[in-house]
Amino acid sequence: MSRASDLAIRTRGLRKVFSGKVAVRNLTLDVSRGEVFGFLGPNGAGKSTSVKMLLGLVFPTSGEAEILGRPAGDVKTRSKVGFLPEHFRFYDWLTSTELLKLHARLYGMSHVMLRERVPALLDLVGLTPHRDKPLRDFSKGMLQRIGLAQALLNEPDLIFLDEPTSGLDPFGRRLVRDIIKAQRDRGATVLLNSHLLGEVEITCDRVAFIRDGEVVETRQLNGETEEQITVSIRAVNVNAEVVNGLSQWTPSVRVDGERLTLTLSSSALLPEVVRYLVAKAADVYEVTPQRLSLEERFLEIVGSDGGL
Amino acid sequence: MGVWIMAGVTFREAARKKMLWMALAAGGAFLILFGTGLHFQAKDFAAHGMSPVLRREISFAMLTMGLYAVDLLAVLMTILTSVDTLSGEIASGTIQAVATKPVPRWQVLVGKWFGFVGMLTAYIAIMVGGVNAVTYVMAGVTARHLIRGCLLMWMESLVLLSVTFAFATYFSTLTSGVLALGLHGLAFLGGWIEQFGALTQTQRAVSVGVVASVLMPSEALWRRAAFEMQSPLANAMRISPFSTLSVPSKAMVFYAALYLAIALVVAIRRFSQRDL
Repeated sequence: MSRASDLAIRTRGLRKVFSGKVAVRNLTLDVSRGEVFGFLGPNGAGKSTSVKMLLGLVFPTSGEAEILGRPAGDVKTRSKVGFLPEHFRFYDWLTSTELLKLHARLYGMSHVMLRERVPALLDLVGLTPHRDKPLRDFSKGMLQRIGLAQALLNEPDLIFLDEPTSGLDPFGRRLVRDIIKAQRDRGATVLLNSHLLGEVEITCDRVAFIRDGEVVETRQLNGETEEQITVSIRAVNVNAEVVNGLSQWTPSVRVDGERLTLTLSSSALLPEVVRYLVAKAADVYEVTPQRLSLEERFLEIVGSDGGL
Repeated sequence: MGVWIMAGVTFREAARKKMLWMALAAGGAFLILFGTGLHFQAKDFAAHGMSPVLRREISFAMLTMGLYAVDLLAVLMTILTSVDTLSGEIASGTIQAVATKPVPRWQVLVGKWFGFVGMLTAYIAIMVGGVNAVTYVMAGVTARHLIRGCLLMWMESLVLLSVTFAFATYFSTLTSGVLALGLHGLAFLGGWIEQFGALTQTQRAVSVGVVASVLMPSEALWRRAAFEMQSPLANAMRISPFSTLSVPSKAMVFYAALYLAIALVVAIRRFSQRDL
């Protein structure tokens, strides 16, 4: 269990109801500092509303939310937060340089700081050749890039990226991936809302599946996992009594010839299961943990209706 | 600090989107038309050998008419330019990138308000100054209490601006515009009912006008401004078609100031507490 001071995001029973319609039911979530955390769920699952509550844009109906150890919406804390909205729009008469300067001033950055930071960020997102172009002449992808640059202006400790790769070509997507990695390397926490599961799988340390405004499951993507796994075991000399005995670890065992398929609540249980089979004189030839891919798990949670 | 950043960007938006320049170009066309009318009238006065007193009073009536038109333009300019700034940015999500910066929401709203105040101040000063300058050059007449009248017209704009902001924190752009214009229309109609009531000495009709001014004091401010600016003779004889048989009291001006402050506070409170 993480201490509260180690957490970048902490919510308890967060709930939002819009005109009688529940958008977020009961969001309880801990995100550690320095973590790249993916927020996955079908359309209308409450992801964007949750992010808006954390940023203080939307007021919760009930529950608690803290970011960087302070209540969500705290004005001072916002100086350490960056945010790229899902559809970044801004005054289209501003040039990209003017936009970044305006946001830098809203962050309270000095003229000296913004003189260095603005060209560096334009360079980072590949918009230096378009620094004097008004936003009204920008494509959707270019708007995403300048939106990303404004989210990084203040070198934030916590960055919210809501669908950052929507509208980006493969080069843009790679750029976002590299930027997220660079932010993690400097110790920032990133919360990533995305439908692109491949992107999430590559970039995130951990993900939460959210449906109907509740966290259905969290999953570690890099390193050890404590989450449920499915195991395929090829063994002979396994009679019905031995199969029944497996029920102490799992309620679901499928037998298909020499192959047993069972689901365990944790990979830590696997050695016990193997020891049990060997003790019961079964000849074990193969043990293969089959972790569900992110996409399979996503589809399992969303269901065939696509969450609609 | 956030207030001045937002005020600056709002003022620049008006200039960059050509709103201010177009309004001033239209205002310039209005002044040319006004000056041309005055020019031909002055020529006719000379040709008919009209008495200086009558000439002066007709020129004053022309001046009041010109200021009345400026007042109408300022009312429309106030509502039409400001109505989209909050509700439009909330609806499009543009406000999200600003509202997540370390600037309290009240500063965002007050900054935008000051931006429009700057633009409207420039517009009213140029237009009122222009009408007076043209009348002075053509007919040798200027408003009696120019600064006082100008400030009252400015205050009318600020009342409407604050009310438009308050509506825009609750409703969509279109609804807010309709409500703000409708409320001013109510005050306008009430003002005329009050005038006719005073003319026919019908106290209950005058009361209807006063109630309309309590609901929205914008028109009352114009009638007070007209009273301050037109000639003493017209005020004494009560003959001008643009004002003002029943003059709104100073208490009504204080009430309008209070109304303005309350509308702004309502806008700030609602904007600070609503979901964006």
